[in-house]
Amino acid sequence: MSAILEISNLCKSFGGLQVTRSVNITVEQGERHLLIGPNGAGKTTLFNLIAGDLLANSGSITLMGKNVTQMPTAVRAQLGLARTFQIVTLFGRDNLLHNVKLALLGKSPMRWRQWGALENEKAMSERALAMLDSVGLADKALLPLEQTSYGEKRRLEIAMALAQNPQVLLLDEPLAGLSAQERETVTALLGKIDQSITILMIEHDMAIALAFADRITLLHYGEVITAGTRAEVVKDPRTQEIYLGH
Amino acid sequence: MKRLLPVAFIALLLCLPWWVGGVYYVNIASQILIAALFALSLNLLVGYAGLTSLGHAGYLGLSAYISAWLMVNLGWGHLASAGAALAGSTLVAALFGLIALRATGISFLMITLALGQILWGLAYRWTTVTGGDNGISGLTRPSPFGLDLGNATTFYFFSLLVFLLVWGAITVWVRSPFGASIRGTKDQARRMSTLGYNVWLIRWITYVVTGFLGAVAGLMYVYYHQFISPHSLSLANSAEMLLMVIAGGAGTLSGPVVGAALVVLLKNVASAYIDRWVMLLGFVFIFIVMFVPGGIVAGVARWFVRKPVTQADTSPSVRPAKEHP
Repeated sequence: MSAILEISNLCKSFGGLQVTRSVNITVEQGERHLLIGPNGAGKTTLFNLIAGDLLANSGSITLMGKNVTQMPTAVRAQLGLARTFQIVTLFGRDNLLHNVKLALLGKSPMRWRQWGALENEKAMSERALAMLDSVGLADKALLPLEQTSYGEKRRLEIAMALAQNPQVLLLDEPLAGLSAQERETVTALLGKIDQSITILMIEHDMAIALAFADRITLLHYGEVITAGTRAEVVKDPRTQEIYLGH
Repeated sequence: MKRLLPVAFIALLLCLPWWVGGVYYVNIASQILIAALFALSLNLLVGYAGLTSLGHAGYLGLSAYISAWLMVNLGWGHLASAGAALAGSTLVAALFGLIALRATGISFLMITLALGQILWGLAYRWTTVTGGDNGISGLTRPSPFGLDLGNATTFYFFSLLVFLLVWGAITVWVRSPFGASIRGTKDQARRMSTLGYNVWLIRWITYVVTGFLGAVAGLMYVYYHQFISPHSLSLANSAEMLLMVIAGGAGTLSGPVVGAALVVLLKNVASAYIDRWVMLLGFVFIFIVMFVPGGIVAGVARWFVRKPVTQADTSPSVRPAKEHP
């Protein structure tokens, strides 16, 4: 196995505030990697650096052997990086099907085509519907987004990320704000994701997240405190002190 | 109903010279079509890409000036000067787009305003070329296929042809995959880049196309008036065009046409009865913003459909979503 995502000596500061301090993380292909840490540890900032929404001050990010440190977000997405957002970020004026179609279109050269209605693209509609079906939303495909629950929006985000056929998937708190029942649905969904897809996840629900993760990295004030296999990190006294509590 | 409406509208426009009563009104109809062309182009930027521009009259003026100058000073033919005007304006749009699209929102508005004022300043001050305040006059209308466009009715049909071509092209464009991308960048630019879309390039292409279509409107404008002066690319003119788009309904295909008709009619008809027609225009605009914020077209659609527009495309076979807890 080879590292599909390699972050080395990554630094990011906003003014005088150092949010990411010499972070080193290596993620192997197919790995489920959990990122934990208290609020303000710099987890989402790290995601934004990996995805390209923020550019690092120093250090490097290597995605599938390519140095992407200075590459724009869209180029990283084309390389095979997909993500979900902590706060659901969807196309609110459109129905669920159109949301997934935009995700499919993003990875297709057809996105530059300036003629022929998108709604007549039968094959694309069918693929989008199949993606919705895989997250259990097929019967709501034509509902406007505003008529869906928060849990359904979360599932839609996952469907959109998976529709892009990613190599690396970044999940930013996929369970946040969900009811117990919805948590179960989404957890089952995450468990079904193809093992070849590498997942880097931020999650606070330890019961679910620990069961899911192969390896864990603990961040605190922008620094990697400890990293390793699930057992190693959970046993580490610093994890107990900083994050899990006594 | 939805398909019948455009057909009825086009039929109405085709026989307009016979029911409108008089050359004066035929000319007003031509003016509306030309204003609609311009509003349609601006709407791509404002309504679909979510980029509000206050300098769009610059492209109308630029293309009008280029073609007028080439015809009057160099004696170029209509076809050559029209081609040069479209190419020149589109090139300027491509360059200005590089500058303006460094920003979005209110900063984009301010940059386009500044760029528009540069073009206006050139037209006003570069008197050796533009004739300054006097503008350029002494133009003739083209006579494609031997048709005499000096005739009001013939010119109307020529305008109608150009209008329908542009309207059709825009309809196809906004429904295409690329059109879906444009709308996406308006709603969720960040999400679009995450999905792999080059948001900047999508916006730039839209900006250039908008500039090109503005230039087409500029050609029709200069053919109609046979005269061009700095007033045509003033800030007031840009604002008036923006008003047409917003009043009619930004982001709809028919809104800008309705808005253009409203403004041109107010300008020409109401001004015959009221001196302060601009004030009337102001009142109408305030009324629209307060009571039909989505524009006239969306307002009328709501009136007839009597349910939110977002539910219109929900098929009955789909169960209603459960209420949000």
